[in-house]
Amino acid sequence: MSMLEIKDLEVYYGAINALKGITFSVEQGEIIALIGANGAGKTTTLHTISGLIPAKRGSVMFNGKELMKTPAHKIVSMGMAQVPEGRRVFAQLSVLENLTLGAYTRKDKRGISETLERVYEYFPRLKERRTQLAGTLSGGEQQMLAMGRALMSKPSIILMDEPSMGLSPLYVNEIFKIIEEINKNGTTVLLVEQNAKKALSIANRAYVLETGSISLSGDAHELMDNEQVKKAYLGE
Amino acid sequence: MKFISDIVDGISLGSIYALIALGYTMVYGIAKMLNFAHGDIIMVGGYAAFITLSANWCPMWLSLVITVTVCTLLGIIIEKLAYRPLRSSPPLAVLITAIGVSYLLQNIALLTQSANPRMFTSIVNGVPPFLQVFKGRGAVFFKENPYKAEGIKSDLTISTETFLAIIVSVIIMVALSLFINKTKAGKAMLACSEDRGAAQLMGINVNGTITLTFAIGSALAAVAAVLMCSSYPLLTPSTGSMPGIKAFVAAVFGGIGSIPGAMIGGVLLGIIEILAKAYISTQLSDAIVFLVLIIVLIVKPTGIMGRKINEKV
Repeated sequence: MSMLEIKDLEVYYGAINALKGITFSVEQGEIIALIGANGAGKTTTLHTISGLIPAKRGSVMFNGKELMKTPAHKIVSMGMAQVPEGRRVFAQLSVLENLTLGAYTRKDKRGISETLERVYEYFPRLKERRTQLAGTLSGGEQQMLAMGRALMSKPSIILMDEPSMGLSPLYVNEIFKIIEEINKNGTTVLLVEQNAKKALSIANRAYVLETGSISLSGDAHELMDNEQVKKAYLGE
Repeated sequence: MKFISDIVDGISLGSIYALIALGYTMVYGIAKMLNFAHGDIIMVGGYAAFITLSANWCPMWLSLVITVTVCTLLGIIIEKLAYRPLRSSPPLAVLITAIGVSYLLQNIALLTQSANPRMFTSIVNGVPPFLQVFKGRGAVFFKENPYKAEGIKSDLTISTETFLAIIVSVIIMVALSLFINKTKAGKAMLACSEDRGAAQLMGINVNGTITLTFAIGSALAAVAAVLMCSSYPLLTPSTGSMPGIKAFVAAVFGGIGSIPGAMIGGVLLGIIEILAKAYISTQLSDAIVFLVLIIVLIVKPTGIMGRKINEKV
């Protein structure tokens, strides 16, 4: 059984068919990249898995449990966290308050402070700035905060939506290094990216999403050499 | 002396506005809607207090508990039945529904309580004034005028109702600030008011948080109802609408969505209203209050404590 199994997922925004029945799976311990152009349905896929958007048809099985009828706020405590597109940190709250909200569903105080130390190890910058308002952080720091906040729930799988968006190349490299590190420490990663090159370089497997359907899938390194992918997404 | 007394009266009335404005501003901040039925919850609270206080079997503490419970439940029920089904509808639909709920409550009150005004008995009825100052003779607290026999009147009187409104409001505002900034549920409210979707991704139950917000706002309205009716004892089915609108003005004045803003806006509005009544014109005082709103909206559309939304990309 896969950790996360998406089957024939169909999503509509009014009359617009955003996802036309996509099927894919994520195994425990993997980094899976979901790449595709703007408007292909990448964010919609993540939001549907997290329960923010209702699906019309299909199923999302997480560790053998159906998520389609589960309200969004209950999915977090099942072990799934999302780093949303555009960071969406709570700008008026401090860095520490943001991180504490990430552990909202947890009750074990000692466990929470252990995870907090862990997050500070990944992102020493956040520790330095813990009393600062999140809105005053730079884009890269906010991305780190959004990732740290998601890790605070101690998820078994973390969904990341465009973590490289709007960041300087230096930050992009740092963020991707940390994603690999998070994965090595046992968290499965489902990564949505427009930066296909970067995403494929750290992923085990990848799916290519095109206007609501999966057009290609396979081993990430093989996809990197695929002529179609090269032309459409790698700019070669 | 008169000026001091006016300022104290203004702060007192303003504290009541602030309690009501908090309900407006919290609901706006978290549910992103203007609950125009909020003023009528005050009216329901007024009748609940009036009915229980006039009943022989009911001690005053129980009457207060019943009033707060009735308003809290009413707020929760209104949210569940009228607003929740419209959660993803356009704001205009929600606004019109809120106005509809307001008329519904007023007309239910009209049917069951009649249009005849009721004289509300102050909850501190019979208690001597909080403070009386006599020039050259000093001040007395909570005592009848000791110089009555000599025919001397106090130069400054602050009634117990006035004092009570200020004290109770201050206690409630401190408690509310602590709740919002120090507890998990309070932090969840702040998170929801900033980004509902992101709050859900933290595992926060947004519907539950909105219900809690309505419950707190309505409980504050109940307290405001008792304080207001004690100072201004005439109770009719439309009692809630004017204070409701003024509290809304106070919330906008302070910066809608901002909790400290509602407190400051409420108190300032109360002072402006009383000073306008005392020194300009009693008839024009309401007009002046709304003029203040217009000026604020022109000069600083976000209100005193309102913040511009900065988005970093």
